[in-house]
Amino acid sequence: MDFTDTPEEAAYRAKVAAWLGANAEPRHAGRSYKARYGDDALLPLAVEWQAKKFAAGFAGITLPRDYGGQGGSRIQEVIYNQEEAGFVVPRGVYEIGLGMCVPTMLTYATEEQKQRYAEPALRGDEIWCQMFSEPAAGSDLAGLRTRAVRDGDDWIINGQKIWISGAHFCDFGVIVTRSDPKAPKHKGLTYFFLDMKSPGIESRRIKQLSGQTNFNEVFFTDVRVPDAQRLGDIGNGWRVALTTLMNERLAVGERPAPDFDEIFALARELDLEDGPAIADPAVREKLADWYVKMQGLRLTRFRAITALSRGQEPGPEASITKVVAGRKHQEIAEFGMDLMDMGGVCADPQSMPMRALFQDALLSSPMGRIAGGTDEVLRNIIAERVLGLPADIRIDKDVPFEALPTGVK
Amino acid sequence: MNFDFSDEQNMLRDQAARFLGDRAAPRAILDGKAAFDRDLWQGMAGLGWMGTAIPEAHGGLGLDHEELCVIAEELGRTLAPTPFASSVYLATEAILLAGSDAQKQTYLPKLARGEAIGCFALAEGVGAPTPKTIAVTVNDGKLRGVKQPVADGDVADFAVIVARGGGGLSLCIVDLDAAGVERESVPTVDPTRSHARIAFDDASAALLGEPGHGWAMTGEILDRAAVLIAFEQLGGAQACLDMAVDYARNRYAFGRPIGSFQAIKHKLADVYIATEIARSNAYYGAWALASGAADLPVAAAAARVAASTAYNLAARENIQTHGGVGFTWESDCQLYYRRAKLLSLALGGERRWKDRLVSQLEARNTA
Repeated sequence: MDFTDTPEEAAYRAKVAAWLGANAEPRHAGRSYKARYGDDALLPLAVEWQAKKFAAGFAGITLPRDYGGQGGSRIQEVIYNQEEAGFVVPRGVYEIGLGMCVPTMLTYATEEQKQRYAEPALRGDEIWCQMFSEPAAGSDLAGLRTRAVRDGDDWIINGQKIWISGAHFCDFGVIVTRSDPKAPKHKGLTYFFLDMKSPGIESRRIKQLSGQTNFNEVFFTDVRVPDAQRLGDIGNGWRVALTTLMNERLAVGERPAPDFDEIFALARELDLEDGPAIADPAVREKLADWYVKMQGLRLTRFRAITALSRGQEPGPEASITKVVAGRKHQEIAEFGMDLMDMGGVCADPQSMPMRALFQDALLSSPMGRIAGGTDEVLRNIIAERVLGLPADIRIDKDVPFEALPTGVK
Repeated sequence: MNFDFSDEQNMLRDQAARFLGDRAAPRAILDGKAAFDRDLWQGMAGLGWMGTAIPEAHGGLGLDHEELCVIAEELGRTLAPTPFASSVYLATEAILLAGSDAQKQTYLPKLARGEAIGCFALAEGVGAPTPKTIAVTVNDGKLRGVKQPVADGDVADFAVIVARGGGGLSLCIVDLDAAGVERESVPTVDPTRSHARIAFDDASAALLGEPGHGWAMTGEILDRAAVLIAFEQLGGAQACLDMAVDYARNRYAFGRPIGSFQAIKHKLADVYIATEIARSNAYYGAWALASGAADLPVAAAAARVAASTAYNLAARENIQTHGGVGFTWESDCQLYYRRAKLLSLALGGERRWKDRLVSQLEARNTA
């Protein structure tokens, strides 16, 4: 075992590092673009950064050259992301569009559409969003009810999507709709891409538990979409949606703070009633558990990268990352505040340790256990796809969708 | 990035799995009278396993500790009832670390061939052994006091002892068949691994390494053994998970396989998660051990904590998944449950290793 690059990887890493060094500011503790979609001031910076990446040949690293990508390997993408994590850059705005929507479009669209849409997206001129979830279709995504009805060469879409990142500034979006309510739930779905400026689309920001507004509800009222913008066959939308979800990139580099490093630093700084928090056996036991998990996830990622480096597909082990990281983030936030005792309720960044990082995380961390697959859904996926346990007995499979109860009764 | 075992190492794993799959029979030890499986031990010796990490000059194979980790994982998976851990991970490592040239020449070739069995004696009854509590003394080459429990102390030829003397704590080697040594087997929660109480009454002992440096050397030996035992624990945890998954797929209740219930799925997903966290930490420990990295104390403690957590969880939930049948004497669930707890205490309990991990992290951050 070793942790060194192959000569080709080392050369690519050097090229990336040189370019980042000349074009971005190195990251120092406590200095980063913290906000994502919610911070409107971030958007112009993100657009500018994406254009720079495109010009330098670091946009769409794994996408085909014919459509503006780099035709590179996944290990090159991992290397780029590892290096970029060391710099203060406006990440986030393009991740869903370029990581999930555009690859799906490239799989199902016509040649003419690929030529039209891929390069402007990679250049950063056009931003894409993904519209899957609905108020009555979260973990049970195939329970979605937004209707698409055929009308000549067009489809008319009516309904509501929710938890859409960046809908208020995106140019295009991909959407899964119900085209046949008489078919069983997974079989009556059809997938499209559409212009977010189409008449009849209205997006509203959602104010979250944390007070931030990263997400939108999007309402569709008689929105007209050409049949030419259908991706995949009529009724085959579930399969296309799975393509989108499988394109989620290998999570690299960034982990939500506070993680082990921050709670370790806090425990060394703070005094409890009998001396430094770090000397307390109960604190030490928790620190050890979190270190082992943090390090375990980091090293598990190295195993996946090793598979990529050897030209293999990574195994299923990376599926554990989100379950472990989401819960750990929340527990560390809660425990950090507990160490601050009665004063821990205060949330003023000027006076609180680490600019109230732990208090912020208390309120933002529930999202990490829900978005992109709840802890419960992810455990089902591990059990069924990794361990090979039998699927749950389903009462909603061979029944017309319109006959099923959905939502909250 | 090459953070996985090589093709050659995986071939060794397959070979070990085939060999042990045919022969490792912990139940015969559980239900029988023998302290360990001598035929299995001879077979392992025939494959050269005991000498894996011993240099060729001393009669070993001169391979890497990574190869030893691969073998350890298979020994753990099959619950091989032998004194391999005591003789190879502890006694051999102690002599490799601290032995004089003469001691290496005396002991290593015999250890490599499996002709001599060594063990490591640290504990002195209930409670954590520390520099304050160790009461066995070594003065003028004579040992006095009682060590217990000593894993494989009833079957080993010699022991490496941590004793008070030489201006602090010192390591020494004692021939267990010599005058002044009384030993008897003691029952433990895992009868497939034998343990002893050893009493020394002016038994002759030879110093191992610098006198007075015994505690620091003990730390180094335990770090090395922690990585290797983490692989045994990992193999055991994986075996429990495989067993529970297999049972959950084939056991029907309420008209369906119990593995289709989310209560079982989520439980076994959590076991999988703990096992993967343990696997990744163990691999890092293997790298640190084989490469002589300065990070070994941190890597070893993390590997041990993760492996103990995973194995105890996996063994406990394996019984739970099996339900009543898992609580019978005939079920193999008990073998893993017993071994899991044994191994998580063998080099010191989880609480102490978590404390050690944080201490090492503090030292690393201060350095």
